[in-house]
Amino acid sequence: MLQRIRGAPPRYWLVGVVVLFFVGFPTVISSFLASEWAQALILAIAIMGLNILVGYSGQLSLGHGAFMALGAYTSAILAHHFKMDIVATIPIAGLLTGLVGFVFGIPALRLSALYLALATFALAVVTPSLIKRPAGLTGGVQGIILTQPDPPGFAQSAYGFLTGTAMTSDQWIYYICLFCALILFWFAWNLVRHRPGRAMRAIRDGEVAAAASGVNIAGYKTLAFGISAFYAGIAGALFALATGFVSPDTFPVSLSIQLLVGAVVGGLASIPGPLLGAIFAYFLPIESSQWVPSQSWIPDQIASTVKNAGPAVTYGAVLILIMIFAPNGIVGLVYRGYVALNRRLRGAADRETGQMPPNPQTV
Amino acid sequence: MQAFLQQVVSGIAIGGIFASLALALVLIYNAMGLVNFAQGEMAMLATFVAYALISRGMSYWIAFPVTLVLAFGGGVVIQRVVIRPVERAPILTLVIITLGLATLLNGLAGFMFGYVPRSFPSAFSAQTIDLLGVFISYRDLGVIVVSGLVLLAVYLLLQHTTVGLTLRAAAHHPEASRLLGVQVSWMLGLGWGLAAAVGAVSGIMVAPILLLEPNMMQSIIIYAFAAAVLGGIESPLGAVVGGLTVGVTVNLAGAYIPFVGGDLQLAVGLAIIIVVLIIRPNGLFGRAATRRV
Repeated sequence: MLQRIRGAPPRYWLVGVVVLFFVGFPTVISSFLASEWAQALILAIAIMGLNILVGYSGQLSLGHGAFMALGAYTSAILAHHFKMDIVATIPIAGLLTGLVGFVFGIPALRLSALYLALATFALAVVTPSLIKRPAGLTGGVQGIILTQPDPPGFAQSAYGFLTGTAMTSDQWIYYICLFCALILFWFAWNLVRHRPGRAMRAIRDGEVAAAASGVNIAGYKTLAFGISAFYAGIAGALFALATGFVSPDTFPVSLSIQLLVGAVVGGLASIPGPLLGAIFAYFLPIESSQWVPSQSWIPDQIASTVKNAGPAVTYGAVLILIMIFAPNGIVGLVYRGYVALNRRLRGAADRETGQMPPNPQTV
Repeated sequence: MQAFLQQVVSGIAIGGIFASLALALVLIYNAMGLVNFAQGEMAMLATFVAYALISRGMSYWIAFPVTLVLAFGGGVVIQRVVIRPVERAPILTLVIITLGLATLLNGLAGFMFGYVPRSFPSAFSAQTIDLLGVFISYRDLGVIVVSGLVLLAVYLLLQHTTVGLTLRAAAHHPEASRLLGVQVSWMLGLGWGLAAAVGAVSGIMVAPILLLEPNMMQSIIIYAFAAAVLGGIESPLGAVVGGLTVGVTVNLAGAYIPFVGGDLQLAVGLAIIIVVLIIRPNGLFGRAATRRV
């Protein structure tokens, strides 16, 4: 056992550190900040779903906000009209949205990438007005207000034992989100390293070649849609839980764009990418309206410009710049830097012989 | 019957606007096989330029062509700066870039002009005339005439001038055109400029109806998508027919289907897109797509 731990690749240590960080984080920050980070984790789950679809299977969806809306409303309606425990509705919302996504993926098979983008974009634009229509069920324009759950006894006592303070509702919700995020990221990690992930990447890189190699194209493409929608549904349900409120205007087109920005900025087809992208996409609008104006070293002119321009300009500019200069996002940049650094460090010793050192990964 | 015709006529007027924007989409699709998600926002920004010119005292009929020229220039600049570096990138990249462009332009307009809706002047009065029992306003008539003229101008340019011929050649067969001395990359720039100018017409025409604000084109672009898809996304004629059909359909659905009413008209646009894509992905006038493997 000890041998296995000592021999674990460095990335496992990195994962351990990140998990520990997220578990311990709420004990040192305020309850309000914990609720903000819960939102970022929710966004990370939705972006992970989008990443499986766009990054790994190569199908572009601009309408993932619509799937989030479906998950959120499923959870809210079950909790509000059918008096279910809201935490128990999360898997139901995920499964239902996943099923809808799977069914949606069937006609999507016939569409080229461009038409799929177009249809899903139209879906995202229409979603708010579609939600308003069955007003008896969805609460129309007013939406549905939900009561946030209190932390259960075991969590209360465990948290109290560790930190000596009482656990707030926001912190409990944070831990629910973290729990879901951990499971879903672990699931995604395993998915992309095994048969379905290889099949999806093969389809993305060359559909005809993949079909010739015996990959079930239709099956894996719809599967990717279903899994992706499942993630979005879970994220939507958590979103309803964390904000305690759902309304049609919670799910505008810009939410779908925000998800895409997160996926692209973090790095498509990578596992840490969605987490980094979500942190960027969630905190950028908040920081650009709060942090930038509070800094005295930034000239007033620029600060007020950034504040007034809102996140849209930054989102748009970042999206374009990343796509042109760093198509693999933050993860791609870090990886490129790591490789360059590694080559420099190891290469320096062998410069006299001119021999490239072997890659430690393959030894 | 008269009420029905009334709805059809106003459907044609709004359909002319959809047709202009759909035509802009078709122009860019033909040039580089890309649906430009920023087309609506480009038109919106051009409309704000027209608004700024008119509110500084320029007369409407001078501001109109000046705006089109500026929009043309803007389109060329966008192609040169944003699109050219990724011309050969996968379609996924290009779509994401146009979406980024849409977000950027939307934010810029909100930043420069604010989100308060403004009334935009129309060159035509709201008076109506009686045409065989159907009342039609000069405004609707003007929209129909202007859209018709623009579509005719684009048709003549593409089919009956040397520039049009080179544009089409560069789009259809870039390598062969390059060998014949056509500057393909600049032709793409020209295509973007042309599309921006045609789209600007739709923005200027729709602004008096909808009130001018940064999100004005968000619904219009969905109808334009529907029009382009219905007509076959590579066919300019299809864009016109599709635009008129979508305009009339949406108007009639809003008036006669109680479930749709005023607030689900946009869903009709979505339904058109989805039904056409599933039943006849090439639209009415498009050729069946063939692909060499």
